Amino acid sequence: MPLGSAPTTAAATLGCVAGHLTLDVDGILADPGVKIIVCTGAGGVGKTTTAAALALRAAEVHGRRTVVLTIDPARRLAQSLGLTELDNRPRPVKISPEAAPGGELHAMMLDMKRTFDEVVAAHTDAGRAEEIFANPFYQAMSSTFAGTQEYMAMEKLGQLRATDQWDLIVVDTPPSRSALDFLDAPARLGRFLDGRMLRILLAPARAGGRSIFQLATASFGLFSRVVQKVVGTQLLGDLSGFVEALDSMFGGFRERAEHTYRVLQDPQTRFLLVATPEADAVREACYFAKRLVDDEMPLGGLVLNRVHRTRVPALSAADSERAAAAVATAHPRAAAALRAHAALVQQVAREERMAARFTEAFPAVPVVEVPAQPTDVHDLDGLRAVGTALSPA
Amino acid sequence: MTTGPVHPEWPARLHVVTGKGGTGKTTVAAALALALAAGGYRTLLVEVEGRQGIAQLFGTDPLPYEERRIATTADGGEVRALAVDPEQALLEYLDRFYRLGRAGRVLRRVGAIDFATTIAPGLRDVLLTGKVKEATTRTEGGRRVYQAVVLDAPPAGRIGRFLNVTAETAKLAKVGPIRAQSEGVAALLRSPMTAVHLVTLLEEMPVQETADTLAELRRLGLPLGRIIVNAARAPLLTQAAATAPESAAGPESAARPEPAAGAEPAAGPEPAPPSRAELSAALSSAGLPADQAMVTGLAAEMSEYLIRERLEAALRAELAELGRPVVELPLLPEGPDRAGLETLAAALRSA
Repeated sequence: MPLGSAPTTAAATLGCVAGHLTLDVDGILADPGVKIIVCTGAGGVGKTTTAAALALRAAEVHGRRTVVLTIDPARRLAQSLGLTELDNRPRPVKISPEAAPGGELHAMMLDMKRTFDEVVAAHTDAGRAEEIFANPFYQAMSSTFAGTQEYMAMEKLGQLRATDQWDLIVVDTPPSRSALDFLDAPARLGRFLDGRMLRILLAPARAGGRSIFQLATASFGLFSRVVQKVVGTQLLGDLSGFVEALDSMFGGFRERAEHTYRVLQDPQTRFLLVATPEADAVREACYFAKRLVDDEMPLGGLVLNRVHRTRVPALSAADSERAAAAVATAHPRAAAALRAHAALVQQVAREERMAARFTEAFPAVPVVEVPAQPTDVHDLDGLRAVGTALSPA
Repeated sequence: MTTGPVHPEWPARLHVVTGKGGTGKTTVAAALALALAAGGYRTLLVEVEGRQGIAQLFGTDPLPYEERRIATTADGGEVRALAVDPEQALLEYLDRFYRLGRAGRVLRRVGAIDFATTIAPGLRDVLLTGKVKEATTRTEGGRRVYQAVVLDAPPAGRIGRFLNVTAETAKLAKVGPIRAQSEGVAALLRSPMTAVHLVTLLEEMPVQETADTLAELRRLGLPLGRIIVNAARAPLLTQAAATAPESAAGPESAARPEPAAGAEPAAGPEPAPPSRAELSAALSSAGLPADQAMVTGLAAEMSEYLIRERLEAALRAELAELGRPVVELPLLPEGPDRAGLETLAAALRSA
């Protein structure tokens, strides 16, 4: 692997470099050793746009066969990629005819429920699968389980990886409560599957069909009274049915999640943190960077979106405000302009302080800043512009 | 006096604050809890997602599952805060209704709580909203304990499902105590005691999501409160246009950029950027250098700023058409520190 694109790991972070490294996005996109890019960060920071812009650039500028997996794209962004429905399959995107040779872009939106159904179908026979699909617990879990979306995003990533059809897979992570959920979903599933509760519920099946209420261990008698009292027998019946039906496929289920997790730890993957220079987004990026470094996951760097800049840094906010006040009556429009400039200068300073929270905590993690655009990105040209901004010459 | 009649402008006991991620709903929820505590009242600020956003906002240690004072107002009001944990809420619920102290611990030991809240998130949401209901309706000596409860709710994308508790649990529990519990919660959430407020920014995606979420909440029959625009900036050029003489616009105003795609020009005065000559004259008369670099730089900033201001005007117009009262909170240059929260609380009180 070329030195310049070595992922930042714990070791690299220990050798703290003073100053501020620039993230070489083009270096990552062009590196044939990089197969997966995972964009992650707090909600509302532009993860999906960043993922789409990276994928488009990889295809058009670096000639890579690229697929971008989006989770919940804004409607107009999805339309710009030609995604009109959630059909869980990569769709070709019409890229520039002048794209680098070999470049292709496909895009897809994750359909969580359908992905879950596919996993079930792959691990059991048709009759059992129907039984599982009809169970109310399966229906609730496959569409609402906190973590299902994260887990299914991992699963879909694993599927795309397994087809070996792509040079590069760019993944947008779900808008989780915490960006960490994406990494924790497989572990949570594992804990869940290993839990005593599950074994208790499975006990009747393994004990030859006796009701779970007949199984009397010291704590279990008490436990079953609680369960009967609180949840009622109908719910418990559905639950046992669901658990029994799923029991046969749990092993395969978990193995897949663990396999994908290992792929994510491999240097063929790069995590790109996405943030805006706001307190919450930077805090989330710091948590995630720490986690990736602790777990020795390949952290590529930070994309800092929506960074404001002033064209007149020499005119301070205070001077501009003072001038605005002085000319307010004679030149109201110019006064408004000076006030707007003062607000911009203050915003730039605030954003620099926010960005410093990250760069001071992770001096060895490279950063690239994307200037704020006055409007949102709605089309491929907009994505190209973001791609260019991500790769300053 | 810790409680009294509802605030005339915020007539609910339970204020649910939601919005797209990144719009600042935790900040707005905290400011609303402060605003409603003014007058010497006691309010409760609740979070349910284990994010510890309230503790971070107020710079305190992580909140336990316990109502504790987090701020006071000058006139003797207080804000208490609570981070509801589903596991704790379940244990408390079991203890309250079934007196299951020891059994609750057994449940935890066998992983039943983790299991139940994992496999059936609808049940978890009933526990969370159930705790919020309990705090909202709690009385001591015949008086309500809280003037108002403000819930820093899950983001807009999940709020419908979170609040539509009966539908979610009905799929799983057709009868029994969980069903009864969820129906009690649903009754409160659909009553005039509750108002769901949507926080947004003057940006395209949050405004779109506000419109989508309002439609969803309407469909679910949940009581709608206000649209709260966070971090709003005054439309400086529009305001200037209202006072500037016509002739001062200069020739360059004819060449101003087209409004952004989809942005309908709003009614009222058009924002007017200054001409280069006007900028130059203003800088000189204020004793600042009016060299070409300065004038060109400011003019370029203004043309970008103008696009923003027009877009924001169009988004304000879109929000106004959604049929809910809109309140704007100013951008806090120093971020949501304590003084900033006071500024927002004052803006909410007078809204």
